[in-house]
Amino acid sequence: MLLRIFAVVVKELRQLSRDRMTFGMIVMIPLVQLMLFGYAINTDARHLPAGVVNLSASAYAPRLVNAVQASQVVDFKRNYANVMEAEAALTRGEVKAVLYIPPDFAERLLRFPNQGQAELPISAQPLARPVAQWLVDGSDTVVAATIKSLRQMPLNEVLDRPVSATVASLEVVQYFNPEQRSVVNIVPGLLGVILTMTMVMFTSAAIVREREQGNMEFLITTPIRPIELMLGKILPYVVVGLVQVSIILGAGHVLFDVPFRGGLDSMALASMLFICASLTLGLVISTIAKTQLQSMQLTIFVLLPSILLSGFMFPYEAMPVAAQWIAEALPATHFMRMSRAIVLRDAQVMELSFDALWLLGFTLVGLVVASLRFAKRLD
Amino acid sequence: MSAPLAISTQGMSRTFGGLVAVDQVDLAISAGSIYGFLGPNGCGKSTSIRMLTGLLRPSAGEIKVLGENLMGNEDKIRRRIGYMTQKFSLYENLTVLENLAFVARIYGFSWRKRQQRLAELLQLYDLVGREKQLAGSMSGGQKQRLALAAATLHYPELLFLDEPTSAVDPENRREFWERLFDLCDQGTTILVSTHYMDEAERCHGLAILERGVKRADGSPQQLMQQMAAQVFEIAGQDLRSLKQALIKLPEVLSAAQIGSRLRVLVTNSVSEPLAWLQAKVEEARGAGVQIETQIEMVRPNLEDVFVTCTGQGRHGDVA
Ligand SMILES: Nc1ncnc2c1ncn2[C@@H]1O[C@H](COP(=O)(O)OP(=O)(O)OP(=O)(O)O)[C@@H](O)[C@H]1O
Ligand SMILES: [Mg+2]
Repeated sequence: MLLRIFAVVVKELRQLSRDRMTFGMIVMIPLVQLMLFGYAINTDARHLPAGVVNLSASAYAPRLVNAVQASQVVDFKRNYANVMEAEAALTRGEVKAVLYIPPDFAERLLRFPNQGQAELPISAQPLARPVAQWLVDGSDTVVAATIKSLRQMPLNEVLDRPVSATVASLEVVQYFNPEQRSVVNIVPGLLGVILTMTMVMFTSAAIVREREQGNMEFLITTPIRPIELMLGKILPYVVVGLVQVSIILGAGHVLFDVPFRGGLDSMALASMLFICASLTLGLVISTIAKTQLQSMQLTIFVLLPSILLSGFMFPYEAMPVAAQWIAEALPATHFMRMSRAIVLRDAQVMELSFDALWLLGFTLVGLVVASLRFAKRLD
Repeated sequence: MSAPLAISTQGMSRTFGGLVAVDQVDLAISAGSIYGFLGPNGCGKSTSIRMLTGLLRPSAGEIKVLGENLMGNEDKIRRRIGYMTQKFSLYENLTVLENLAFVARIYGFSWRKRQQRLAELLQLYDLVGREKQLAGSMSGGQKQRLALAAATLHYPELLFLDEPTSAVDPENRREFWERLFDLCDQGTTILVSTHYMDEAERCHGLAILERGVKRADGSPQQLMQQMAAQVFEIAGQDLRSLKQALIKLPEVLSAAQIGSRLRVLVTNSVSEPLAWLQAKVEEARGAGVQIETQIEMVRPNLEDVFVTCTGQGRHGDVA
C-alpha cells in the first residue's frame, strides 16, 4: 500500500521535474500575480486632492478637518469661500472632493449624539442631520466610493474623543491597517486565489491526462487501488503548494510590508489544509472531465467564484445570502477567512477551528468521492 | 484438449451504442499456448482483449480467466495477468529505468528483488545502455521491448499482447517472436492480436475475427486443411482481364494477382474444380483466341483461409 503510493509520488515528481514550463509556473505564477495585485490594481484611492468650505465659526470645525486629513485619504489643498466656488473647482478638476461645513455645524454636532449614545451610526438617529457634507466628483466611482466610506470615520473621532473606551476600540481597528491599504488585505487573500488556481489545475488534469495519453489503460490493469493513486497524485503537490505559500508570504513581506502577526505554524497548518482541499477538488474534477480541455473549463468554473465570492474581491458580509451560500461551499472562502485572521490579526488555527475542520472534512469527502468515481475501467 | 483452460468465454459480446463491436464470441484457450486473434482493423480485437482483462464490461456473456469468473475477481486476476496495450502506455517523459522501477513498485517488489529483476529484464530485452533514455525518444522496436518488459515484470501467468509488432521491422519481429516462445516455454499463456499472416501462422491456436464475429478457430494447419475452397494458380498473359471475368462468378471466392500469377479460390461446392476452372478460363478468353495458360492446384496458406472466412478478397477486388 505505502510502496504503491510512494511509487506514484516518485513518478509524479520525476514527471514534474522534466516539465520545465510547469516547474517555472510554480514560482512565476505567485510572483507575477503578487506584483499585479500589489502594485497595479489599487482599489483604494489615497491622497485625493480636496478642498474645504468652512462656514462655521465652531472650534470643532478644524478638528473635523484634521481628523479627515489624518486618514490620508484626502489632502486638503484649498479653502473656498462658498459652495459656488467649490463647485467651480470640482468642475475644473482642481479637486476631487470638497468638505462642506455648514454655518450651523456646532448645533448639529450637539444635537447629534443622543445622551451617551454617541456610537450609534448617523442613520439610526432620526432627529440628527449630518453635521457636514461632502461634495464629490462622482465621475470616478472609485473616488466616490472612497469618500463615501469616509463618511462616518472622522465624525466619530471628533465626537468620541472624550469617551475613552470608544476611542480605544477605534485605535485597535486602525492598528491593523491604519492607512486603509488594501494590499495588506490582498496578500493573504491572493494566497487563496493563487493556490486555488495552481492546485486545482495541477490535479484536475492529473487523471484525464493519463487517460488521454493512454497510460491509464496500462495502469488500471496493475494492482494499484484508486485511493492509492489519488493519494500519490496529491502528496507531491502539497509540497509544491507550501513552496508557493512561502513565496507569496515572503515576497509580500519584503515588497509590501505585509505583517506576520500570527505564528508561522498556524499559517502552515491552515495552508496545508487548504492545499489538500484544493487538490482533492481538482481530483474530483479530473474524474468527471473526459478531456484535458474539459478539466480546464471546470477549473475556471471553480476559480471564478473563488475570486469573486470568497471575500477576496468583495466583503463576504456585503454579498446577498445566496452568494454567501455558494461562497461557504468553496474552500477558498474558508481559507481566506483563516489567512487574514492569522496574518493580520494574530489568530491561531485553533480559534478558527470551524474553517479548519470544514477544510479537513472537504478533503476527506473529496478523496472518497474521487476514489469511488474512479472505477478501474475504461467504460 | 487435456490442458486446463486459461481463458474460456461463452457468448462474449460488447456493443457501443448501436454498433456491435464483439458478437457472441466463444473462446477456449488452453494454458501454455500462444493464441492469436487475426483480423482487419476494427474487427474487435482490442475490444475483446479489454473485456478479457476486465477493462470493459461485456454487454453479454460469461468470461472465465485463469479458472475464475472475471466478474468480481478483477483485482485478484489482475495480479496474475500482464497486458501490453496497442498504443504505448508507459510514461514517455520517464526514462526506461524509471518506468520499470515504477511498475516494479506498483507490483510491490522490495528493493533487492527490484534491482535484480530490473537488471534481468534490461539484459533480456536488450535495453542495457538505454536505462537513462526517455521512453518517448525511443524507436518503435525499443518501445515495444520496453513495453513487453513492463508487461512481464511480475511473472504473469497470462499475457495479453495487442498488436505488439505493428511498429516493428521484420527482423525485430522475428526476434520478438523468439522471446514470446521463450516465455511460452516457461509456462506463460499468451494471447496476441495481429493482422499479419506470418505472425498468425506461428500461433498454436487462432481465431479469425471479422466485424466482431469469430469466423474460424483452430490451429493454422487445421484451418488450412479444413478450408472450404481449393486454391489454383494461373500463369499466362493478360491476367488482368481474366481476373475481371473470373471474379464475377459466384463460385470464385477470390482472384488476386501475385507477381506473374493469378491466385484463384474456388469453393468446395464445385465438384471438379480443376476442370471447371479450365472451362471457365477458356470461356473467358473467348472462342478462337489462343493464349497459352497453365493452371495448377496449390497448397492453401493462411491468407487463403482468411479470405475464405471473411470474403475480404471478393469485396476488396470487385470494388
Ligand atoms: N469506446 C468505444 N466507443 C465506441 N466505439 C468503439 C469503442 N471502442 C471501439 N469501438 C468500435 O468497436 C469496433 C472494434 O474496435 P477495436 O478497437 O476492438 O478494433 P481492433 O480490432 O482492435 O482494430 P485495430 O486493428 O484497428 O486496432 C470499431 O468499429 C470501433 O470503432
Ligand atoms: Mg486494436
